[in-house]
Amino acid sequence: MRYAGRPSALAAWVFAVLIALFLASFADAGRLGQKRSGEQAARAELAARLRLTDLALFTEARYTRHPSLADLHSAAQDHPLSLEHFPSGSLLPPPAHLRNHASLDRETTVPD
Amino acid sequence: MIELDDIHKAFNQGQPNEYWALSGINLKVAARQVTAFSGPSGSGKTTLLTVLACLARPTRGRVRLCDEDVSGLPERFLTEIRRRTFGFVFQQFNLVRGLSALDNVMLPAYPLGLPYGQLREKAESQLAGLDLGHRRDARVEWLSGGEQQRVAIARALINDPEVVIADEPTANLDTALSRQFLDILSRLIDEGRTVVLTSHDPLVVESSVVDRVVRLRDGHLVDGAG
Amino acid sequence: MRHWIARQRYLIDFTLASLARRKTKNIGLVLVFSLLVFALASVTLLTSALRQEAARVLAQSPEVLLQRMVAGRHDLIPPGYIERIGRIRGVQQVEGRLWGYYYDPVVKANYTFQVAATVPPPAGRIVVGPGLARFRGVQAGNVLSFRSYSGKLFTFTVDAVLPAESELVSADLVLLNEADFRAFFDYPAGHFTDIALSVANPQEVRTVATKLAAALPDSRPILRDEVLRTYQSIFDWREGIALALLSAAILAFAILAWDKASGLSAEERREIGILKAIGWETGDVIRMKLWEGTLVSLGAFLLGYLAAYVHVFHFSATLFAPVLKGWAVLYPSFTLLPAIDGLQIATLLFFTVFPYAVAVLVPIWRAAITDPDAVMRG
Repeated sequence: MRYAGRPSALAAWVFAVLIALFLASFADAGRLGQKRSGEQAARAELAARLRLTDLALFTEARYTRHPSLADLHSAAQDHPLSLEHFPSGSLLPPPAHLRNHASLDRETTVPD
Repeated sequence: MIELDDIHKAFNQGQPNEYWALSGINLKVAARQVTAFSGPSGSGKTTLLTVLACLARPTRGRVRLCDEDVSGLPERFLTEIRRRTFGFVFQQFNLVRGLSALDNVMLPAYPLGLPYGQLREKAESQLAGLDLGHRRDARVEWLSGGEQQRVAIARALINDPEVVIADEPTANLDTALSRQFLDILSRLIDEGRTVVLTSHDPLVVESSVVDRVVRLRDGHLVDGAG
Repeated sequence: MRHWIARQRYLIDFTLASLARRKTKNIGLVLVFSLLVFALASVTLLTSALRQEAARVLAQSPEVLLQRMVAGRHDLIPPGYIERIGRIRGVQQVEGRLWGYYYDPVVKANYTFQVAATVPPPAGRIVVGPGLARFRGVQAGNVLSFRSYSGKLFTFTVDAVLPAESELVSADLVLLNEADFRAFFDYPAGHFTDIALSVANPQEVRTVATKLAAALPDSRPILRDEVLRTYQSIFDWREGIALALLSAAILAFAILAWDKASGLSAEERREIGILKAIGWETGDVIRMKLWEGTLVSLGAFLLGYLAAYVHVFHFSATLFAPVLKGWAVLYPSFTLLPAIDGLQIATLLFFTVFPYAVAVLVPIWRAAITDPDAVMRG
């Protein structure tokens, strides 16, 4: 390291630090995961005890508060494709089971 | 040292503005001598220099370097030969701005991958030999014209070339600096190198340092051939 | 090998020295680039953490939920349904759920009222979620009044506040006992909001659901798998207007970067000519530029990613809160378990480094194959 002032030496240091931090972020993720797993277990326990079905992220509309229970049929206001609750309504895609209801979807059966 | 055999060079060949810069040049450049190409502008002396130094390929004819025909070699080998055999001092010096004098001198050796310490010492001693030791860390655009030329010469010598090529070396220098340049030339010859340059500066052409003057006009040799 | 490293170091020296000449411009470029990576990586990290959170936390939610539909709208489950379901084979446990929404005009927020079936609070007492407690400024022992939809005023004593770490699932909850719930909402006796059931054999969930749909034609079964799948696609990164806006920013940057990287100035062109004349091969010039592209884009990626990691997992994605909050008055504060999706990070890395390196290379290629005698011809 007689000529540590070379730009490449400087770059090597900068990148060594950045890459070390990058790897450290994974280690830190593991550490935080361990530290916070208790909190998560508490959430899971509460959800199981209260039969909760959804995360309480967006409380402004029925379909954003309980996306899993959104209506299949009502068209305008509560339809999961209605995006009027910006921006959460635009961040939340329509629930998968409404887009692909498979055998449970009676819409496909022909009426007598 | 270098033999040119019936060299023709055309630009824009096959197009309406086709132009023959050189036609039928036969020339032998002797080792350890200063050879000067002289002639009015447009006479083809710079083109001849580029062909001789493997910077450009002749349209017709052969270039022989130490009895080896190099005119047909692919670009990769030409670069290699150029790096090993020639050092260049350009008319505008063509230094890379923003870099220090030392970095500029080391530049031609970068692709060789020498150990840094070794290369740096070599570059420092080149600069010191040209009285530029104290300016080695200055950015080249801060140097005077004469200093810039000496940096360009140091750069030309970093790979220890046998032949130094100089294009109008005194065009941007005053009389005192031009004389200084001639002193450097004689030193290069003493070190066993060959110098080929172009010039229409009487100071250079008529100088005792120059062993041979080759005159060109309209792409032909006028005299000094052989 | 040592020779190769020495050569690459020289090329890096040169490219960094060139970059240093336009220091402010290039540092600015790296910063804008990092900012972009930061925004993208923040979204990626936040969504993958939320997805994982939902998968873990909701793993124990009811296997099947049954809703009744009337005229295409969610309606109350009338008496008798629970008994009918109990007779279907494979159903292990049936439980009517009671829950509903309440709009609190005082603070203009929505709450979720729910009957806590397993541990009901005593009459007149409620358990509230931590978000609500913070928002209304109440703690255990305080009194909360709500005017019900029928116009009557109900006063409850806060029995407890749910633990803060559960806020992500419970921020807006008001838990009360069944009698209070029915009285508050004027809920008809024997009716339920929906039915939660568990199935003995997990393989049979779909069969049971099909049987339910046949036995109770006006009902709609929702499977836990579907709920979890819903949360797998939550914040799907291709969707969302916020991300659409972000993609406009990406495009703008792409234009900027392309212009910067591909527009070869006369000076750079001249420099390449010099390098070639003094003995650099075309390959050396290209490698040198490749290093430039790699160093700039990799540096920007690492800086952006690290900032995003700290932002999402140590500062709870504070900068995104205004976007995520949207119309909601009551927004949960939560810390997430870090979940880093390696594939997404790799994708991000690829899409930062690769296009930039190519943008740098394209014009260089054209310039580098020009004849070396160009410098002499001036």
